[in-house]
Amino acid sequence: MTDIAIIGFAQSPSERHSTSTTNGVEMLVPIFHEILADTGLRHQDIDFWCSGSSDYLAGRAFSFVSAVDAIGAFPPIAESHVEMDGAWALYEAYVKLLTGEADTALVYGFGKSSAGNLRRILALQLDPYLLAPLWPDSVSIAALQARLCLEAGLVTEREMAEVAARSRAHAMADPRAQLSGLVSADELLARPYLADPLRAHDCAPISDGAAAVILARGDIARRHCRRPAWIDGFAHRVDAGALGLRDLTRSPSAVAAAADAGLDPATLDVAELHAPFTHQELLLTRELGLGERVRINPSGGALAGNPMFAAGLARIGAAARQVTSGQADRAAGHATSGPALQQNLFCVMGAR
Amino acid sequence: METALSAPLTISFDYTRSLGPVLAPFMSALSERRILGVRGSDGRVHAPPVEYDPLTHEPLTDLVEVADTGTVLTWSWQPEPLDGQPLDHPFGWAMIRLDGADTPMLHAVDAGAPTAMSTGMRVRARWVAEPVGHIRDIECFEPLDTATAVQPDRRPGVSVTSIVTPIRLSYDHMVSPEESRYLRGLAEGRLFGQRCPACRKVYLPPRGACPTDGVPTEEEVEVSDHGTVTTFSIINVPHAGQRHKPPYVAAYVLLDGADIPLLHLILGCPADQVRMGMRVAAVWRPREQWGTTPENIEYFQPSGEPDAAYDSYARHL
Repeated sequence: MTDIAIIGFAQSPSERHSTSTTNGVEMLVPIFHEILADTGLRHQDIDFWCSGSSDYLAGRAFSFVSAVDAIGAFPPIAESHVEMDGAWALYEAYVKLLTGEADTALVYGFGKSSAGNLRRILALQLDPYLLAPLWPDSVSIAALQARLCLEAGLVTEREMAEVAARSRAHAMADPRAQLSGLVSADELLARPYLADPLRAHDCAPISDGAAAVILARGDIARRHCRRPAWIDGFAHRVDAGALGLRDLTRSPSAVAAAADAGLDPATLDVAELHAPFTHQELLLTRELGLGERVRINPSGGALAGNPMFAAGLARIGAAARQVTSGQADRAAGHATSGPALQQNLFCVMGAR
Repeated sequence: METALSAPLTISFDYTRSLGPVLAPFMSALSERRILGVRGSDGRVHAPPVEYDPLTHEPLTDLVEVADTGTVLTWSWQPEPLDGQPLDHPFGWAMIRLDGADTPMLHAVDAGAPTAMSTGMRVRARWVAEPVGHIRDIECFEPLDTATAVQPDRRPGVSVTSIVTPIRLSYDHMVSPEESRYLRGLAEGRLFGQRCPACRKVYLPPRGACPTDGVPTEEEVEVSDHGTVTTFSIINVPHAGQRHKPPYVAAYVLLDGADIPLLHLILGCPADQVRMGMRVAAVWRPREQWGTTPENIEYFQPSGEPDAAYDSYARHL
C-alpha cells in the first residue's frame, strides 16, 4: 500500500499514418494540455517528467530530446527517459515518488510506427549475434507462439477471432481507437492468413500515437481527482532472452510480476492487458487465472490501436480510468515488451 | 493547412561485435559447417549455445557438437519476405530442435508452400557456398525428404573473434507543418520564421512547439538573409564526408528579425578574420538548383556592414 495514485490519463488518436514528426511533439502537445486541464494542475506543478520512446522507431538519434519541446522545459525541469514503453517510464516515476524526491509526475510515451517498417525494426530487439541477423519479424515470431498454443489445444482460431471481434466492439465507445466496429468471428475466420496461423485480425494494427498519465501523492492526488486510482502494487519481470529456452505457451514473467503486484483475480474488476496478438490475450488470461468476474480490455486493448512505446502506458491509463470514473473498484493495467510476451509489467490499482 | 513534407531516409551501419568464449567457437565451427551447442547444468544441450545457464546463471563452457538435421517444433509462414530475411521467396519460420540438442533454434525453412510445413517435420541445414563464421553461414533449412542428396563436405574453417552484421533501415521522414512552411519558403528564396504566442520569440526554423512554453508557434514572420555572427568555431580537424578543406568556420548567425540563431558556414574570408558581431549575408545557390532544402543557402559571407554592437545580440548567445 502506498499513497501514490494515478489521477489523470490522456491519449492521442491511434492512427495508421499520422502527420506528426517522429519526435512526437505534434501528438504530445494536445494531450499535455488535455491532461493538465483535466486534473487542474499547471505545468509548474509537475515535479518529474518521464518518457518512453525509441530512436529505432524514429530513425534518428535522441528523438526523445526533441520531444521535450512539447513540455516547454523552462524554467528547467527534472526529466528522464526510458528506451521502452512508457509503462516502464511510469515505473521509474513511481519509484521516484516512493523515494520522496517528487510528489507529482507526468509520464508519457509516444511512437510513430508508420515511419519505418515496424515488423523489421522490431527484429533489432532480438539477440544481435544469433537472431537479429536473420531479421525474424515480430509478427512471424508471434505466429510461432500462436501455433504452439493452437497445437497444444490451449486456444482455437475461433477463440482468437472472438477476441478480435470483442476488442473492436468495445472500441466503438472510443472515438480515438483505430479499429472498431461490429464484426463476427465467422467473418474474420473467412479471411486469409497474414502469417499462418495468424490472420490480420489476430495482429494489432500498426499505429502512431501517444499517451500520458499523471501520478500524484496523498493530498495532492485527493485535491486534483475526485476518486484517485491508488496504486496497490507495481512490478515487472522478464523471461529469458533466448527464444529456444522459453516455453512460449506460458508466461512465467507475467505470473511473477502479477504476484509481486498483488494481483488477485478474486477481487479484480477489470484487467487491461497489453496483448498485441489475440492468442496472447488468451494466454495471459489463462496464466493469470482471470475468471468471469474480470472484464478484460473494455477499452478494446492494443488490438484496437497499438502505438509503440505508448500502448502499454495506455493500458495502465485505461485501467486507472475505470477506477477514477467509478466503473471499477479494482483494476490492473499490464504492459509487455520484447518478443512473444518476454517482459511483463503489472500495475494494480484500487479505490479507497 | 498545407500537407507536411516528407522524404525517404535510409540509415545503415555495419555492426562489428566481438565474440566471447562460447560464441567465438560456435561461429568458428559454422565456418567448418559444424554446429555446436552447450551443455547446461541440468544436462540439457542448448543449440545454438547460450553463454549463461538458464537455471543457475553460471557461465557455460561445455561445448558439444550437434547435427545439422533436426525436427520442427512450431512454424509460421512468411508469404512476403522482408528485406534481409534468409530467403527472398515465401518460406517458413520454424523453431528447430537439432538432433543432439534439447532446446530449439529459430531459422528459416525453404519448403515452397505452407502445405509442405508441419510440426514434427524433419529438416536439414543448407549451407552457403563460402562460410565465414556467421549465423548466416546456414542459408536456411530444407525439408529432409527434398534436401540436396549430397551435402558439401566439411571444410577447413577460420577462427573468428568478431562478426560484422550490416543493419539497414528505411524510413519516411516527415517534418512538422511549421518546418514544411520553412522549407517551402526556402524553395522561393525566402526565410519564414514563426513567433511564439507566449514568449514572442521568433523561431527560425519554426518548430512544432516553443521549447520554452510548450505551445505551437503560429504567427509567421519573414526574416532577412542578413545577420550577425553571435559565436563561431574554427574547424581544423578533417573528417569523413567533409565538404570544405579545413580550416573553415561554423557559426551561429542571428538573422535580422529572428530570435534564434541559425548554424551555418562562414566562407569568403580567412577563418581567422571571423569574429563575434561580424555582419554576414547568405550566399544562395543558383535559383535553378533551389528545392525545399536548407542547402539552397550554400554559406554565409561577410556583408561589409559595420560590426553589430555586442548589446544587439547579447541576449541571443
